[in-house]
Amino acid sequence: MRPLVFTGGRVIDPSQGLDTVADVVVIEGRIAGVGRGLGAPDGAEIVDARGAVLAPGLIDLHVHLREPGREDVETVATGARAAAAGGFTAVCAMPNTDPVTDNQAAVGFIVKQAAAAGAARVYPIGAISLGQQGKQLAEFGELVGAGAVAVSDDGKPVVSSHLMRMALAYARTFDIPVADHCEDPTLAANGVMHEGVVSTRLGLRGIPAAAEAIMVARDLMLAELTGGHIHLCHISTRQSVELIRRAKDRGLRVSAEVTPHHLTLTHEACEGYNTNAKMNPPLREPEDVEALRQALKEGVIDVIATDHAPHHYDAKEREFDDAPFGIVGLETALGLGLSELVGTGLLSLPELIERMSTAPARVFHLPGGTLRPGSPADLVLFDPGTRWQVDPSRFFSKSRNTPFAGRELAGRVMRTVVGGCTVYPV
Amino acid sequence: MSERFLGKDLLGLEPLTADQIRLILDTAEPFKEVSERAIKKVPTLRGQTIVNLFFEASTRTRISFEFAEKRLSADTVNVAASGSSVEKGETLVDTARNLEAMRIDMVVIRHPSSGAAQFLAERIRSNVINAGDGTHEHPTQGLLDLLTLRDRFGRIEGLKVCICGDILHSRVARSNIWGLLKLGAEVAVCGPASLMPLGIEQLGVTVFHRIEDAIQWADALNVLRLQLERMHAGFIPSLREYNRVFGVTVERLERAPKDLVILHPGPMNRGVEIDSRVADGPHSVILHQVTNGVAVRMAVLYLLAGGRPEMAEAAKGPGGEANE
Repeated sequence: MRPLVFTGGRVIDPSQGLDTVADVVVIEGRIAGVGRGLGAPDGAEIVDARGAVLAPGLIDLHVHLREPGREDVETVATGARAAAAGGFTAVCAMPNTDPVTDNQAAVGFIVKQAAAAGAARVYPIGAISLGQQGKQLAEFGELVGAGAVAVSDDGKPVVSSHLMRMALAYARTFDIPVADHCEDPTLAANGVMHEGVVSTRLGLRGIPAAAEAIMVARDLMLAELTGGHIHLCHISTRQSVELIRRAKDRGLRVSAEVTPHHLTLTHEACEGYNTNAKMNPPLREPEDVEALRQALKEGVIDVIATDHAPHHYDAKEREFDDAPFGIVGLETALGLGLSELVGTGLLSLPELIERMSTAPARVFHLPGGTLRPGSPADLVLFDPGTRWQVDPSRFFSKSRNTPFAGRELAGRVMRTVVGGCTVYPV
Repeated sequence: MSERFLGKDLLGLEPLTADQIRLILDTAEPFKEVSERAIKKVPTLRGQTIVNLFFEASTRTRISFEFAEKRLSADTVNVAASGSSVEKGETLVDTARNLEAMRIDMVVIRHPSSGAAQFLAERIRSNVINAGDGTHEHPTQGLLDLLTLRDRFGRIEGLKVCICGDILHSRVARSNIWGLLKLGAEVAVCGPASLMPLGIEQLGVTVFHRIEDAIQWADALNVLRLQLERMHAGFIPSLREYNRVFGVTVERLERAPKDLVILHPGPMNRGVEIDSRVADGPHSVILHQVTNGVAVRMAVLYLLAGGRPEMAEAAKGPGGEANE
C-alpha cells in the first residue's frame, strides 16, 4: 500500500483537541504522524491540502441500506459508495431488511457485501427481536460475534416494556448499546406527519410530539433499572430533549442522535403534500428545531446521524397518505452541517466534526473518529468554502428522495480515505 | 375562452381570494334559474368531456356534479374506483394520465387521501375540481353553504356561523372556515375536544366545547355528520351520549336568543347530531343547500372552462327554450 501524505491542510481532530495547519502521514493504512515538516516516505502520494480541512472520517450510526430485500433502491455497495461521497468512512446499517438481520448469518452477509464494496466501512446493527416482531430476543451474542455493533428494531419501536428491559439488561454482557425508535404506536397510529396547525390545515393525520417523548421516558427508566446503554434514535421533540438532559444529569447511560433534517426543517416542509418531507419521526415545529439545535450544541444530543432511508421514485410519487416515510441523507449531511450549523454560528467546525465523527465512534465503541498515530487512517478532506447545489441525479445512492434538491450548500468533499485507501473519488 | 378567473383548478377555498369566491357565488345566480326550467339544459359546455373520478362512495355530490355537467351539455363519464392507489394496483397518476390520453377537459375527483386533488392537478393538463379529498377540503360544499347563507341573510359579512361536530375529520368544516372567514363572517367551531384538531384556533376561529354556548352565540349552525366509526375508534363513548351532550335539538334551540338557521351537508344521522324536528323544521335550509349545489357546480365548471363571469347570464340562453 502506497504511503499517503497530506500537506498544509487545516487538521481538525476533536479527539485530541487539535485544530492546526499540519501535515498528516499515512503508512500501511494507519496514521503515522501529524505535524509540520514530517517529510514524505519513499513513493508516497503527496496531496496538497492547503485551504482544505482534513479530519477523521465521518461516522453515521443510522442508515438503511435495504440489502437484502430491496436492492432496487439501495445495496450495501451503493450505500457505502454514497457514504464515501458524503465524507463518511463508516456507517451502521439498521437491521430492518427483508429478511430481517436477526441472526449471525445475516450479519455476516452484510459484512461480506461491505468488504466486497471497498468503500466506507459498514457495521451491521442486529435486530433486538426475531423478525423485529417484538416478541423474542435475537441472539445478541452471535450477532456481536458476526460483527454487529449494536441492536435495534428501528423502523418500529419496541412496544413491550418487558422486552426492552430484557434487551437492555442482556446487552450489558456484550457491552453494546440498544438503539430504540421511540414512538408510542397507539398515539402515532396512522399518522403521516407532525400533529399541529399544518396537519390541521392539510387534513393529514397527525403524530403528536408526545408519542415520542412517552417512549423516551420509558426507555430512560428502563436504562436506570437495568444499567444498560440506551441509544435514542432520531430525536425530534423538545420534550424528549428535556428528558434526555435530566437523565444525563443523573448519570444514566444514555446517548442520542438527531438527523440533519430535524435540525433544519419544520412541518411547514409538508406544505403542498410534499412526500419528500414525509418522515418518521415527522418534521416538527420551530421550537422543537431550536431545542434540538441547542441540545446538539450542549452535547445533550451526542451525534448527528442521517437515518438515510432510500425509497423508489414511484413510492414517493403518490398520495401523501400512501408514500413511505424517509429520505436519503448520506450525500447532503456534511453540506447541511457546514451551511446550517457552522454557517449559522451554532457550532464551530471542530464541534461539527466531533458530532459527526468522534462522538459516534465513542457512542458505538467503533474504531475511527481520531487522527491519533496508530489509528486506522479513516479520513475526510473537504473544502468548506466551495458552494454547490444539491442535484439528486448525481447521487451515488440508488435513490433520489430528498427534500433538499436544488438547495445550495457549503463544503465539497475532496477525498475520503478508509484504512489508507482512497474510496472517494475513485 | 382563454382568460382564467380561477386558475386551472379548484382545489380548495383556502387558496382563493374573497373576490374569486364572490365571483363564483355571483356566477351561480343565473345558473339557479336553469334548473327551474322545463328543459333544464344550456349549450355552454357542449363538446367538453368531463370525468367524474370517484375513489370514495358518494351519492349526493356525484349526482349534483353530474346534473351540473349535463345541464351545461358536457359529455360525462363516471369512474368509480375503490380504495387508494396501493390497494388498487394502478397509481392515481397512471389512472389520470390514461384518462387524459383519451383527450378529456376536466376531472372531478373525490378521494380518501388529503392532497389527492392537488397531486392530480400538478400532473395533468386538464382542469381538476376537488369534490372532497380526505379530511382536507370540499370546496364546492363550502361554496354551496355560502350561497345558501347569502340567500337567507342577504350577506355573509358579519354573520356568526358555528360549525358543529366532528371538526377533526371534516373537509366540509375546513372549506367552510376558509370561505366564511374570507367573506368576513365570524366563525366558531363546536364539538368535543376529542374531535377538535390541534391548533384549529390559529385558523382564526372561536372554539366552543358546549353546544349551548354555540347556540347562544350563533346566527347559523352548520351541523356536521357524525360517523359511527368515530365511536369504534374511541373518539367518543357512544352516539347516544353524543346526542345527549352535542345534539342540535328543538329544546336547545328554543333557548337561543334568536331563530338560528340550520345547515347540514348530509347525509344526516337523524337523532344523533341533529333531531328530526330541527332538520324538518322551519329554520332548516338543508334542501335549499342541495338545490344550490347544482348551481354552484355549474358556475365552477363554467368558470374553469374559461367562461367570462359577465357572460354567465347570456350563456344560459333565453329562459324556457331548448338551446340545442
